[in-house]
Amino acid sequence: MTQLVDVCGLSLSIGKGGREIVRNVSFTVAPGEIVGIVGESGSGKTQAARAIMGLTPPLVRSAGRILFEGEDMAAAGDARLRQLRGARIGMVFQEPMTSLNPSMTVGRQLDEGLALHRPELPPAVRREKALAMLTRVGIADPRAALAAWPHEFSGGMRQRMMLASVMLLEPALLIADEPTTALDALVQRDVLELMVGLTREHNTAVLLISHDLPMVARYTRRMIVMQQGEVVEAGDTDALLAGPKQDYTRKLLEAIPRRQAARTIADGQPIIEARKLVVDYPGKRRLFAKSAAKRVLHGIDLVVRPREIVAVVGGSGSGKTTLGRAIAGLIRPTEGDIRFRGHAIARRDVGWLDYRLNCQMVFQDPYSSLNPRMSIGQLVGEGLRLVPGLTSAERQARVAKMLDEVGLQPQHAQRYAHELSGGQRQRVAIARALIRQPAFVIADEPVSALDVTVRAQVLALLAELQERHGFACLFISHDLGVVEQVADRVVVMQAGRIIEQGSRDEVFDHPQHAYTRKLLSAIPALTPTGQGGMQLRWRFDDADATAPLHPHPLPA
Amino acid sequence: MKKFLTPQALIGLAIVGLILLAAVLAFFWTPHEPLKINFMARLKPPSATYWLGTDEFGRDELSRLMAGASNSVWISFLTVLFSITTGTAIGVLTGFLRGWTDRIIMAFINALLAFPGLLLALALLAVFGANKYGIILALGLAYTPSVTRIVRGTVMSLREKEFIESSRVLGNSELYTMFRHVLPNCVAPLTVLATSMFGWVILAESALSFLGLGVPPPAPTWGNMLAAARPFMAQATYLSIFPGLCIALTLLGINFLGDAVRDLLDPRMRGIE
Repeated sequence: MTQLVDVCGLSLSIGKGGREIVRNVSFTVAPGEIVGIVGESGSGKTQAARAIMGLTPPLVRSAGRILFEGEDMAAAGDARLRQLRGARIGMVFQEPMTSLNPSMTVGRQLDEGLALHRPELPPAVRREKALAMLTRVGIADPRAALAAWPHEFSGGMRQRMMLASVMLLEPALLIADEPTTALDALVQRDVLELMVGLTREHNTAVLLISHDLPMVARYTRRMIVMQQGEVVEAGDTDALLAGPKQDYTRKLLEAIPRRQAARTIADGQPIIEARKLVVDYPGKRRLFAKSAAKRVLHGIDLVVRPREIVAVVGGSGSGKTTLGRAIAGLIRPTEGDIRFRGHAIARRDVGWLDYRLNCQMVFQDPYSSLNPRMSIGQLVGEGLRLVPGLTSAERQARVAKMLDEVGLQPQHAQRYAHELSGGQRQRVAIARALIRQPAFVIADEPVSALDVTVRAQVLALLAELQERHGFACLFISHDLGVVEQVADRVVVMQAGRIIEQGSRDEVFDHPQHAYTRKLLSAIPALTPTGQGGMQLRWRFDDADATAPLHPHPLPA
Repeated sequence: MKKFLTPQALIGLAIVGLILLAAVLAFFWTPHEPLKINFMARLKPPSATYWLGTDEFGRDELSRLMAGASNSVWISFLTVLFSITTGTAIGVLTGFLRGWTDRIIMAFINALLAFPGLLLALALLAVFGANKYGIILALGLAYTPSVTRIVRGTVMSLREKEFIESSRVLGNSELYTMFRHVLPNCVAPLTVLATSMFGWVILAESALSFLGLGVPPPAPTWGNMLAAARPFMAQATYLSIFPGLCIALTLLGINFLGDAVRDLLDPRMRGIE
């Protein structure tokens, strides 16, 4: 069988004789096949895939051979490449919020590709095709959607539209670059199912670029593992996961979060206690009136005991971040109260200082949570400013000790945030939060911006520090795998309400609420086989577990 | 420090240094008396005696340019300093406090912005009187609203950053957060603004001179020299060329220097090999 894509010995370097970002990479994609490319940031997976359609950055030079439908892409001129792009090779990007043009209606964006590549079709026919495709991708009112603007839709809906605009041209190859990384679990599942179904219908091959191993395991038959520009390992997905041959693949698999033995948490006075917490976001101010306030939290009751790690999970818009921010004192609750060690924090009396010094927060994005104009030493030491009676020598000693505890070198103190990697920055953020040895830490998606292996390291660090300092933690995350690894207790939120809570094992093994079940069965988990490999398995045993692990028959 | 001395920065430094040197030198020595009128030597082109020629009253152009440098640079510097300081103070305050303080002050600032800057300066000059410090105050106040708007915009976008929240969670006061975390991050847009404002002020001053409201004659500024040269554009082109050249060169130097200072103050630009 002739291959759809045949890449042989592809190398990409920056400038002439510059650094190689992709080295001697070869792979093939058969017509209609789904192939996964897995790797961390900087592994060259995106650039290798983009090279197929000649979309590498201007300074990049390529060597090697790329055949697409038997045609040598290096010999193809710009005009020929433009003919192929869109018509034969489509691409779906990661960020649905920025990949649609905000100043064009959805209808015009859908029409753009058709008008360019199928000019012989009359406008009425193109419109019919666009409508049919929007219906197919599950847009409720396609006629209205054609006239609407991208900002009127949610991230998941936009990704469906992006998919619609690409699939409208029935390309032979779809390059999907982290297509669902920005979406939450349930939406991610829906979009992927749609993508796989749609590409099956048109016999479109998919190159699925991702760092999400369970997802790749579920939707691909063949996968390629890349590291630092080279192919580490490639082959049948199930076999590769069950018996990884290379160290790096093993490292990737080990980095997948897995359940730890349950700990016992001593009963005690709660460290934080939220009672009937209600938060409203004020409505938009109009000329003469105010639109109604939007209620984000509807009476939340939550208790965290000392040394306990409570995870809050839920889809986007469930109010989990708002809950964290309210407990951190960043937003004032509309009703209800929050007590820290028995003192209401709304009253700024004796308990307030204790609360402020002992309740800290680790933010999601290590790129924006560190002031770019302060050195790491200043950032970490800032928390000590408010601790009375410390000499500057004592302060420096504590900063040095803290940096050491989070695994940074003393010389990092003089550096600035931009000089560090994402993982190092998150270590700094953790050091900043922990330097006063708080009794309670709120971690809002602390690892979701990090690469797989770095995520595992940071999680291990958090666990170690938690063991040593014994702080309680409210761990907010949408990543069920991470939650399964770290949490003692799990709180599931939906639309501003807690719908289920219980110990981790209870919630993960015997979910009671329908939404929790849906969340847990959105994507099967990779679980260790015991022989050094991993295999796909549903998270809990019941009716759903009989559902096929691979949702669509994958071509042989 | 090595990074700071790029060729651009060196050129900027050289130009600005030269202008400042000329301005200081003018206090002690000029080739001729800058205010001395000599009708025998009216509108003489550049020669060995008068290196850059003479104006319509026979005053030496080079001497006047040197004396003018101290006036023009001083006026511009103080004006920029004034509007940057007041503008930043108001901008940070409104951007950070928001609410009613912001709305009231911004309504006022927007009303001021609705006037053309020069018109506003003219009105203010009518109050302060046309002298050097009146001009500085008038132009300074006229440019404050634009600084305020830019600073407020920067502050508004900064306050959404997580490091501002992170500072709050640490328990830092709003005032400390403002000075430690917000203000330093406004420096980059401010240096760019300040360097371009320098040019606007020199030109605005010449426009005011043109309208007879600038630094009163016979004291020279580059602006009023340029304005005075206009009727003689055909006979004595050099009279408009030299002050124009001085203004252009100064702006170029200050822009180069401004970029270098901005990079120097930004840790992100340091240590990148």
